[in-house]
Amino acid sequence: MIHLSAAQMVAKLANGETTSVALTQAHLERINTVDADVHAFLFVDNEGALKQAAEVDAKRAAGEKLAPLAGVPLALKDVMTQKGIPTTAGSKILEGWRPPYDSTVVAKLKANNIVILGKTNMDEFAMGSSTENSAYGPTHNPWDLTRIPGGSGGGSSAALAAFEAPLAIGTDTGGSIRQPAAVTGTVGVKPTYGAVSRYGLIAFSSSLDQAGPCARTVLDAALLHEAIAGHDPKDSTSINAPVPQVVAAAKSGDVKGMKIGVVKELNGDGYQSGVRTRFEESLELLAAAGAEIVEVSAPNFEYALAAYYLIAPSECSSNLARFDAMRYGLRIGDVDGASAESVMNLTREIGFGREVKRRIILGTYALSSGYYDAYYGSAQKVRTLITQDFNRAFEKCDVMVSPTCPTTAFKIGEKSNDPIAMYLNDIATIPVNMAGIGGMSLPAGLAPEDGLPVGFQIMAPAMQDQRMYLVGAALEAALLTKWGAPLLSQAPALAGK
Amino acid sequence: MSSLFRDDVANLARLARIEMSEEELVSLSNEFTVILDAVARVQEVAGADVEPTSHPLPLRNVFRSDVVIPSLTPDEALSGAPAQEESRFRVPQILGEEA
Repeated sequence: MIHLSAAQMVAKLANGETTSVALTQAHLERINTVDADVHAFLFVDNEGALKQAAEVDAKRAAGEKLAPLAGVPLALKDVMTQKGIPTTAGSKILEGWRPPYDSTVVAKLKANNIVILGKTNMDEFAMGSSTENSAYGPTHNPWDLTRIPGGSGGGSSAALAAFEAPLAIGTDTGGSIRQPAAVTGTVGVKPTYGAVSRYGLIAFSSSLDQAGPCARTVLDAALLHEAIAGHDPKDSTSINAPVPQVVAAAKSGDVKGMKIGVVKELNGDGYQSGVRTRFEESLELLAAAGAEIVEVSAPNFEYALAAYYLIAPSECSSNLARFDAMRYGLRIGDVDGASAESVMNLTREIGFGREVKRRIILGTYALSSGYYDAYYGSAQKVRTLITQDFNRAFEKCDVMVSPTCPTTAFKIGEKSNDPIAMYLNDIATIPVNMAGIGGMSLPAGLAPEDGLPVGFQIMAPAMQDQRMYLVGAALEAALLTKWGAPLLSQAPALAGK
Repeated sequence: MSSLFRDDVANLARLARIEMSEEELVSLSNEFTVILDAVARVQEVAGADVEPTSHPLPLRNVFRSDVVIPSLTPDEALSGAPAQEESRFRVPQILGEEA
């Protein structure tokens, strides 16, 4: 049962073949069996999940009209507040904190009767590409437990790939939904900026952060997308416009006549050969499905990474000032006569991990007087240039595509002492965040040289998220025909469990 | 070639309210030499004629109607407090004894 898609689970719930309690129980058992190896979860809410499941079963039995995903279990990235449930954002500074309120995403999940199984591991405050920066230890890739599951949302992607949950929530500031999806053979979508409320999302870089759906199929992602998207008065940057019809697009998958723009700059040197092989094959399949493949150029994308590593640290140095040891979270050194400042200094020394400190210091520097124009100011200009590149390219095509990541999953520990090498993982995902448009990653197969999953990225103009689902569904269907079974049926590490 | 010296990092850490060990100050300043070189590339294309973008959405002020809506109770707001006293956050001394 746990190997079904969410849409298939919905069908079985509707025709009475199963119940939400049975489904939830099956996933809790799976977590119990495999999570000691995978470490996708920071907290499993056994009791709360079963209670929620029983409630939805009762509603169904009473003939109440239910939301499309009602009764299906989900894993929640630990960056989202959930009332009364430990929420850490992967940081020691929030260890033991139980938020007094629900994020809007959680409120919507509850309103949709989606069962929340627990909170998933992540790089501390979503800063990282491997989940190694979690204060609670790394998550392991279900394809190969010695490898990273991506980051920052590695817990969510690993939970999906290990069949611990059919749905998950991620957040994507520079690729934290899409890169984990790519390296675990799952689907991840970063909607247009402002499509999903940021209320209750613990902020990293507010002008870039965006929550989105993670799943094992394009249709499942679309169903979750529609459940969590929509205008929220509690988030002033939330878009007040109808949610694009992504479920209809995922069901259609019709790409006849669509123009697909291959980004010249996001390919070639630096991309692993197997990544390129799978990417080229996907293009051929899309062409065979009736799409027209064109080449587009985005000359300023090569500056996106540099701009990102100024903008995101700058915003985080401000956002993380709220962790001041005064109102919630860790407090260290509060002895008689200690000043508030010394308590703050000590708490932040102990409470923040290495990468978080590195970025706060970098951001403080980039925003400091005398350096502001040269660093933060220049990065903001690059942001304009990247948006212009997208606008120009979208005059020639309906969506843009690239490999999601330059390589497949690397080994845990391989890049942890080299920040620049680690940052390069996000080279193809960051431009999307800079422009605030939508991006999807879906599995394109395995790289022949290492047998690990490769991600195919689709980018669509702002508020045209349905286009990603059209193309994603078309490619997914063509690949499924070719493979004969979903990619994850080949995941080796947990076989026999 | 940009670089940050140990004392620069110490000053930034003080501004950011993070205590740092000598070892951390030295290793961070070494890393920053490499990181700053990488990010300084933005200056290559950031000409005077390019407008800066601070946010992807062209939003102006966003208002809501001035009506009272439910909010956290004092108990809820204090539920995560490291220390509290008389329904307030208890915090360490902010001003010096002499002040």
